[in-house]
Amino acid sequence: MLAAANAPATQLWIDFAYLVTGVCFIMGLRYMNTPKTARLGNTISIAGMAIALVATGILLDWAAGWWIVLVGLGAGAVVGIYAARAVKMTAMPQMVAIFNGCGGGAAAMVASAEFLKLNPQTSAVPLDLAITSVLTAIIGSISFTGSIIAFLKLQEVMTGRPIVYPGQQVVNGLLALIAVAGLVLVTLNIDPLPAFFASLAAALVLGVLFVLPIGGADMPVIISLLNSFTGLAAALTGFALGNNVLIISGALVGASGTLLTLMMGKAMNRSVANVLFGAFGSVKTGAGGPATSASGGTVRESTVDDVATMLAYARQVIIVPGYGMAVAQAQHSVRELADQLEKKGVEVKYAIHPVAGRMPGHMNVLLAEANVPYPALFDMDDINPEFPRTDVALIIGANDVTNPDARNAPSSPIYGMPILDVDKAKQVVVLKRSMKPGFAGIDNPLYELPNTSMLFGDAKASIDKLVSAVKTL
Amino acid sequence: MNAAHLLIELTVFVLAVFVGLEVISKVPATLHTPLMSATNAIHGIVLVGALLVAVVALPTLGPVLSVVVVFLASLNVFGGYVVTQRMLSMFKPREDKK
Repeated sequence: MLAAANAPATQLWIDFAYLVTGVCFIMGLRYMNTPKTARLGNTISIAGMAIALVATGILLDWAAGWWIVLVGLGAGAVVGIYAARAVKMTAMPQMVAIFNGCGGGAAAMVASAEFLKLNPQTSAVPLDLAITSVLTAIIGSISFTGSIIAFLKLQEVMTGRPIVYPGQQVVNGLLALIAVAGLVLVTLNIDPLPAFFASLAAALVLGVLFVLPIGGADMPVIISLLNSFTGLAAALTGFALGNNVLIISGALVGASGTLLTLMMGKAMNRSVANVLFGAFGSVKTGAGGPATSASGGTVRESTVDDVATMLAYARQVIIVPGYGMAVAQAQHSVRELADQLEKKGVEVKYAIHPVAGRMPGHMNVLLAEANVPYPALFDMDDINPEFPRTDVALIIGANDVTNPDARNAPSSPIYGMPILDVDKAKQVVVLKRSMKPGFAGIDNPLYELPNTSMLFGDAKASIDKLVSAVKTL
Repeated sequence: MNAAHLLIELTVFVLAVFVGLEVISKVPATLHTPLMSATNAIHGIVLVGALLVAVVALPTLGPVLSVVVVFLASLNVFGGYVVTQRMLSMFKPREDKK
């Protein structure tokens, strides 16, 4: 233990170290504004974390708790590093979800410890500590169990489809009410201990139940939202502990998560509330009146050789990858096809819809892993004016984000959603397993356009065939 | 802790939120997944809190839960940073055409 006279000075230095950490985190995020400097940014962020941990080490009672650090920190590091190295890039969303859940759970536990330390049974809890610690426990718990459900859905341990039952909103509303009521009781010092545990339990169950009705394609919104929850929980932990570095870091993460959540909602033309409570893509059988008549139209099926010729003699080809590409593990073959085309002088670009994949920016990471250079990846707003100048738009496993109904048919459930204007390209080639509709369960009139041809089959197999066909041309 | 102290902390929080929004809005969509996993690692800073409540003479949570809370936060920090670094190392500019 430190000598009493030294304690204030030491605490001052520790707080200064925490300030340095906060600056490192901000600079680290700032350097993520280009792919070129992003690694440096992450390294600065790591340095900041190391500084905070060393500074915290001075405050710890090593004689009593060295083994807790050894076992807890050690095991966390080993498992974390192993998982982070082993995870496939397609599984990145569930990896992020589970790390996020760990953070939320830890925040909830820290806040609970702070609360219980106050001895709520025997002495009155100060108001500020009551509010911050109980609120942290609630938000952290929702993030913890919600992230676990998101993980299970993305990992396909349980169905990715929305799980709905009658009265779902009422049950969730009641649970939220219990959590808030517990918080109020604690602040009023009425049975604080049972009230606290009631809040905690309600929040844990609410986390499970509010993610259950979220469908696979809505995951980008949920992952972002859970991320912002954990950020908020970390910040609130900082309030409860009186620790500025937690407040600053949590605020940064909360801001980031909130911004991404809103961006994803906008990219789907749906409010966050609609994503949370809409159970999109669950049952669409009743709504398909006019849509079914469209499915009677004719589609033109093409052959590998025809498509290969079309691609090889094009000036510009835009590849539109969707989650289907990731499922088929076709990204490396896609890159090979692009290489072959570029050898023949074809300009190849990639059009990435903001909600392609299962988390924000997921498709970019998958393509980067396949060695696609990032300057070839284009956002929706940048690439859309290019389509009328493009000879072939090659759509691989993307569906709803290319549906012209979103632009033209006010009756369509996805009307108003920003889409990639692939139908404006001179030729459209769609690689698809079958005529099955996409996640939203609606027909895509793109497939019946006169300039569209379909190439049915597994995406990876089709592209591999295209690669060898282009080679021989 | 009193109300004045709480207000100072609230000030820090609000300002940090604005800094966060400003900085994050400059991150291109290409990097949104690494951004998310980087911010994920950053909220692992809760490890500081976990150590402060766990590594004391008589941890409130008891020995088992104390190990669990440190484990969870540590997993968050190490996993988050390593996976971010791994992803970022994959982003390459266009190679010279051979």
